Formats: sequence, structure tokens, C-alpha cells
Amino acid sequence: MRNDMFSMLRRSPFCIQQARKVVLGFGLLFACLLIFATALPKGAMAYSDEELRIVAEGLNAKSATQKIKVIEEMAADGDPRVAPILRAMLEGDLYVRESDEHIVITRKQGKVYTHIDIVSGEEVGESGSKEISKIKVNNRLRGVLRDALATLNLFSSDLTTRTNAVEQIMDARDPAMLPLLLRAIDREENETLLARMELARATMALAAGETTEERLAAIEVLSSETTPQIRAVLSQFVASAEAEGYEPEVVAAAEDALESVEGRLSTWQTVGDVYRGISLGSVLLLAAVGLAITFGVMGVINMAHGEMIMIGAYTTFMVQQALGSFLPSGSAWSLVISVPAAFLVAGAVGVVIERCVIRFLYGRPLETLLATWGVSLVLQQAIRTIFGATNQQVTAPDFMSGAIEFSTGLVLTYNRLWIILFSIIVVAGIAAVLRYTAFGLQMRAVTQNRRMAGSVGIRTGYVDALTFGLGSGIAGIAGVALSQISNVSPNLGQTYIIDSFMVVVFGGVGNLWGTVLGAFSLGIVNKFLEPMAGAVLAKIFVLIALILFIQKRPKGLFALKGRAVEA
Amino acid sequence: MTDYRQKYQTTPVIGWLLKDRGGMILLGILIAAAILVPLSNLLLPESSAFHVPTWMVSLLGKYLCYALLALSVDLIWGFCGILSLGHGAFFALGGYAMGMYLMRQIGDRGVYGDPILPDFMVFLNWQELPWYWYGFDMFWFAIVMAMFVPGLLAFVFGFLAFRSRVTGVYLSIITQAMTYALLLAFFRNDMGFGGNNGLTDFKDLLGYSLQSDGTRAGLFVASCVFLGICYVLARGITQSRLGKVLIAIRDAESRVRFTGYRVEYYKLFVFTVSAVMAGIAGALYVPQVGIINPGEFAPALSIEIVIWVAVGGRGTLYGAVLGAFIVNYAKTFFTGAMPDFWLFFLGGLFIAVTLFLPKGVIGAVPAFGSADRQSIITAWRKRRANEGGKA
Repeated sequence: MRNDMFSMLRRSPFCIQQARKVVLGFGLLFACLLIFATALPKGAMAYSDEELRIVAEGLNAKSATQKIKVIEEMAADGDPRVAPILRAMLEGDLYVRESDEHIVITRKQGKVYTHIDIVSGEEVGESGSKEISKIKVNNRLRGVLRDALATLNLFSSDLTTRTNAVEQIMDARDPAMLPLLLRAIDREENETLLARMELARATMALAAGETTEERLAAIEVLSSETTPQIRAVLSQFVASAEAEGYEPEVVAAAEDALESVEGRLSTWQTVGDVYRGISLGSVLLLAAVGLAITFGVMGVINMAHGEMIMIGAYTTFMVQQALGSFLPSGSAWSLVISVPAAFLVAGAVGVVIERCVIRFLYGRPLETLLATWGVSLVLQQAIRTIFGATNQQVTAPDFMSGAIEFSTGLVLTYNRLWIILFSIIVVAGIAAVLRYTAFGLQMRAVTQNRRMAGSVGIRTGYVDALTFGLGSGIAGIAGVALSQISNVSPNLGQTYIIDSFMVVVFGGVGNLWGTVLGAFSLGIVNKFLEPMAGAVLAKIFVLIALILFIQKRPKGLFALKGRAVEA
Repeated sequence: MTDYRQKYQTTPVIGWLLKDRGGMILLGILIAAAILVPLSNLLLPESSAFHVPTWMVSLLGKYLCYALLALSVDLIWGFCGILSLGHGAFFALGGYAMGMYLMRQIGDRGVYGDPILPDFMVFLNWQELPWYWYGFDMFWFAIVMAMFVPGLLAFVFGFLAFRSRVTGVYLSIITQAMTYALLLAFFRNDMGFGGNNGLTDFKDLLGYSLQSDGTRAGLFVASCVFLGICYVLARGITQSRLGKVLIAIRDAESRVRFTGYRVEYYKLFVFTVSAVMAGIAGALYVPQVGIINPGEFAPALSIEIVIWVAVGGRGTLYGAVLGAFIVNYAKTFFTGAMPDFWLFFLGGLFIAVTLFLPKGVIGAVPAFGSADRQSIITAWRKRRANEGGKA
């Protein structure tokens, strides 16, 4: 590929100093396209249909030697249709049909043989065993076939096919494949794949190696790897050591290697648990942080908080629909546009709720709880009436799909990574608003001493409405992020409301950092318990632990200090 | 020496019952219903205008169970200020205890025909009955458990919560967490309570088929009787000196504590009694509806109970009964006639009642205005003065 690219560059008329980067980029693109365009049809259709039929008829030759020649020729050709034929032959499913002397692959079901055409790959009829005769294979042929099949993949020009072949070899650990693998190692140029091949060689050399040195070298290679697969290889080797009578020093080395692999794997496991915990924590944090403002700062129990999240998610859906129909080219930006949109929509709904319901209930928290619960029911039903009860599809933009996979089994999906980042940004944003803006200052003043704040000229009612709007708007933003990982349905809010309250109560009411710490610690504890107890039990344990925790510290992790008997 | 017993002697039961106008009306209706409804259902021909169809008997019986549940919530919320958002859990536990008895009564008539194991256990390949299912083949044991298990849970939970002075919204939130945790737990198949599907397919109770009109009428009467007994019990508690302390705790908890009362014990007592009542309601509910599943633990249902009380009139006891009937009748009506509208109505009810009807429907009726707290206190003071004068 590299050579092609440079030859392309040399030929390129745009190859001047100033435009080097541009040309390089375009050159790469063109080269790729060129390779694709030329390589695809050629590799895919080496034989014409008629040729393939004729060549394949050679498989029914009298002598094994002739058959081998045909097999090798077919394998060298690289036609994708060859592999199924050879596999069928290896498994004894390749027959000659008496009627027209055509070679067919058969699938036996009871006494009926279904014929599959080797050229088209389609079913072309069925018959009993009388009308067809089997193409005979002996042990020598089987070896050749197996090699040919492996070769087809292992020496394929396509990197993915080769990689898959190596993975297959590693899984099968068939010592017979070793010579072939060695040949492939000699020819391989790709560094990563070469490393995998060496590893595959080591897994086989472990059991099939001739000398002690060879085995020790294999163990050496294996011990530097950290995958569950290698752990399986090593533990299998150690387990069978006695029966097979391996040398004691080899067994000891293998045991050491196994121990170190296991140690590293368990570290990775912990890392994975922490990551998943942080990921869950960031979701909890997003869901709870708006509540930390309405409940924590204002002391308002907003049971409709979950519905604000839901409104955010539905706003995302609406923005996506609108962009999809009016400006299809901009649909990749829908999430970015959704963030302010969701903030405004949910915030506006929040202000309306505060002005119409909550402001009459200040100082009566239990009544507020009931009234906002009523609001949440109305909102849920409103959304259900407008959009229907079914889940809405919110598609993920490109930058959020995919994942980073580690060979150790750890998978970091991009959407989770983005949500972690997003939650940090949101919290930092809120902290900044509270700390550095005039509105934040007024808000803190009203929280600390409402009457005094009023008497120095702060319009407390106005600040209340805006604070509630801010909390609701943040919930709306959370809805944008959560639309990526949960179902966007009228019940979305219900799934988060209890968790959100737990986080806020655990972290300590009125403390943003308490909420952050609460969310992450609950998330991590949950994920550490999950492998031991299962997801549901883990959740139950966390809930019980929380109930007990509140007995010990009724005001959460970080209680606001004070001497009040009743908060 | 002053005889305090005599000085603070509470009025005899009949005395305060006669003064409780709403209660008298309620008890009168209950007695009348317990006699007339079964009679008209069983004796009158179906063509008669006064015939009460069997489905109606079951529906009313269900409402009575809800009313008892509402009563139990009003006892703690209206008189002690404990807003439990997890009372559905006690109700469901009582229901499960009864459900387990009914399950055992099925015997070998289940789909799999196992004489001991309920169907779902056979389905899950269980070999023997879990230990906690022992004894549920006996009716008295199931009834005791229907009261004991909710009571025990409430006692332990309340002991921990009240001792640490978890109050107000915090208590509401952790009661909600409690019922949520139980919801998750009962959804698990491993728990041995039928998982997702719960317990159902009941056949008979004490040998009487649950499908027969007679059994249904009997369950209706039982519901009336238990609601009446629990009402008198709850009224007795609130009328007693203990009840006065409870009201004081509701209005100024710290002040009561500073005057030397062990607030947590009073709260614990009334919370446990209330949970037992909820358990009884659940046990009566299950044979009438024929199923108990983890859905009864849903936090949303527990919050709904509170709105029954609020609609009827918090702190009146009979108001809770009225509220349960009003809201549940509305629910039956709306879910039948216009299902989409039900949540709008319920949500609107929550908002409207808290904003405009803080004393509920009862509070809006002038004749029952005495139900509000100030007049209760005034009446109590007056009575105390009278009694003091006599002594």
C-alpha cells in the first residue's frame, strides 16, 4: 500500500512543495480508492463461472496426486468461492451428481441430500444417496485440504482475513498448523499481526514444542501477554502437566507465568470495574446535579425532576427530527444543538412550574413533594399523548459510536467516554455559574438568608424562579446525554428519579461537591458489587446501605455545618 | 396524692365514638353495607333493581382494602407527620403472606400437579420448598405472618430511622428507597416468590372456592369488619393521651422532645401499628383480586396512597376512607372510559388538592370543620378543663 501511495504521488501533477500536505492526503485517498477499485473485482472473481466448474471437476480425478494438484491450484487462485468447496471436500460433503456430472456440495437431512451449486452457492435440488457419488478423500488429501484452507486465509491479501485466520489458529491450537504458521511468519510484514502470529506460535509450541528450551521460550512470550485467552492456555498447560509428564522447570515457569498473567488480569479487571463505576457515576451525576440545585440549594423536593430529564431527551429527538427534515447535512450536529435547546425548553417548563405551583408551597416540603409528583404524572401523560408510548429513536452521531478495545478485555465505548466528559463539563459549568456570576451570588444569598437578601434589594421571587429554571434546565441537558444510553420513552424520568434522590441525599444536601462524590462513589460501589452479586442484588445492597448510611449521617456525607435542631 | 389515673382518665370508648360524628357515619355505612350488600347479592334475583352483581361486590371489597390502607397512612401522616412513601410495601408483604397460603391451598391442582411445590417452583426446577414457605399451609399462620412481617419490617426500619431522627422529606425518601429495594428483590426469581409473575391462580380459601359468590360476599363482609375494627382502633389511639403526644410531635417535634417525651418510641409505636393495618389490608386484598405481584411494591403506588388521604382530608381518619373511595372510583371510571385521561386527572388532583384543598374534601364540608387541628386542640383543652373542674 505504501508503494502504491508513493507511486501515485510521483505521478501526481499537483506534486509541488506548497501543496505537499494536501497532495499527501489526497494521494492517500486516491491510492486507497485505486487499490480498492482494482483489487476488489480481481480478487473476488478470479475464475469465471465456467472455469470454476471445469477446474473443480478436476477434484474428481482418479489419483490423489492429481487431486492435490487441483487443490493447490485452486487455493493459490484466491477465489472466495474456493474455500467452501474445499471445506465441503474436507468434511466429505462434496459429491458428483450422476445426471450431469456436476460437482455439488450437499447437506444431508435424514435420507435427503440437498444440493448446493458450487458456482452460485444456491440450492439446486435434492436427491437420495443413489443419484450422487461421493468424492473420496484420504488422510493425505485431508492434510492438504486443511493446509490449503488455512493458506487461503493465512496468505490472503486482505489483512482482516489474515488476522482472523491467526485468531482461529490461536483458538484451535492445532499443532499441525505450526509449520504453516512458521511460513506465514516469514512472509508477514504487518508488525501487529506478526506479534499475534508469534503469540499463536508460542501457544502451540507450549504443548507441541520439542525441547525444554523451546517450551521455556514459549512461556516467556506468553507471560508478557495479558489476555483471558492466554490465561486459559497457561492454566490448561499447568493442569495437564502431570499427565503429559512435562519437565519440572517448564511447569514451574508456566506456573509463574500464569500467576503473573492472572495478577495483571485482575488489575485490569479492577480498572474495568472502576471505569464502569465512573461511567455509571457520571450518568447518576448528570441525573442528580439538577436536583442538587433544586433540592439542595432551594430545599424544594422536585419529584418532576425525572420528567425534566425526559423533556430534555424528547427535545433531542425533536431537534434531530427537525434537522433531518430541513437540513439533512447538519444532522451530525443535532446533539450539539440539542444541548442549549434542551436547557431552554426544560428550563422554561421549570420556571412555569415554579411560578404556578411551587412558589405557593415554600416551607411545606411534603406538600411540594406531592404537588410536583402530580406535575410529573401530568408531564408523563402529556408526552405519551403527544409522542405515543413507544420508544423514540435517537441516533448517535459518528463521534459517539464505536469503542476502544483493549486485548485485556476492557472495552471503552465512546458514548460512555463522552458522557463522562460531558458530566464533568456540566458540573464545572454549574460551579462556575454559582461562584462567578451575579446570579450565582444572588442565589447563594437567598439560600443563606432569604429575608436579609430581600432587604438588600434582591428580588427573591425572581431568583427562586431562575434557580428552579436552572436546575430544570440542567436536568434537560442531562436528558440530551441520557438519550444516548437509555430508551427515550415517557418513563425515562421514572428510572432516574429515585437514583437521583439517593445521590443527593448521600452526598449531602446543598453541596455540589458532595453530589459529585456521592454519584461517583455510588456508581463505583455498584459496579464492584455487580460481578459478585449480579446487577439487581447489587442495586438492592446499595439501597439498603444507603438507608443505613442515612441513619448514621442523616444529612449526608457533607452536611452543612450548623446548630439548627430542625433543618 | 393526686390520682393521675382519675384526673386524666380518658373518656370511655363509647363516649368518644359518639362524639366522632364522621366516624359514626362511617361505621353506620360499614355495618349497613356488610349486611345489605351480601344479602342483595346472594338473595335477590339478578333481575331485581336492588341486586348487587358479584363483580361489584369484589370491586367494593377492593376499595375497602384500599380504604384500610389509606386509614393506616392517615394514622401516621395525619396524626404524627410521618409521610411514608413506602406503605405499599407493607400492604404487599401482607398480600404475599396471604398469597403464599392460597398458593399452598392449590395443592396438586396446579398445572404441574406437584402436591407441595407451587407451579413456579416446579418450573424453576426447585426440588423442595424453601424454609420460609413452611407453615403457610395453615391459615392462622398466614394471617399472623401477614401482620407480623410488615410489623417487624416497620419496627426495625422505624427503630433505625426514628432513633437517628431521620425526619420529614428524608424519611419519605428512604421509605421510598425501601419499597424500591423490595420491588427489585421480589422481581428476582431466586427470591422464591414467583418473580415477575407473582402469585396467582388461586383456587380456594379455607376450603371455599374463591370463584363462588358466597366466598366473595364473605370476603366483602370481612373487609367491612376489619375496616371498622381498625377505624375504632385508630380513633382510639388518636383520642388517647398517646394520640395527643402524636399530634404534638406532628406539630413541633423538637418541643415535645425537649419536654421530656421519648419521641422516637411514640413514632415507632404508631408506625408499626400502621404497618400492621396495611398488612391486613393486603391480606384481604389478595383473595379478592386473585393475584399479588411485585408491581404492588412500585414507589408510584405508594405515593398514590398518600393522595387518597390528601383528597379525603388528612388527619380525620374517615376522610382517608372517603378519599380512597373517591380516587379509586375515579380510577376505575377513567381507566375504563378514557384511559389517556387518567394520569392527567390524578396528576391534576395532586396539584389541586395540595394547592386549594389542604384539608381535603372533608375540610370543605363545614359540618366536619371541627376535624382541623386547632379545633381538636380547643376541644381537648375544654374537655381537660371540664374534667379538671370535676376532679
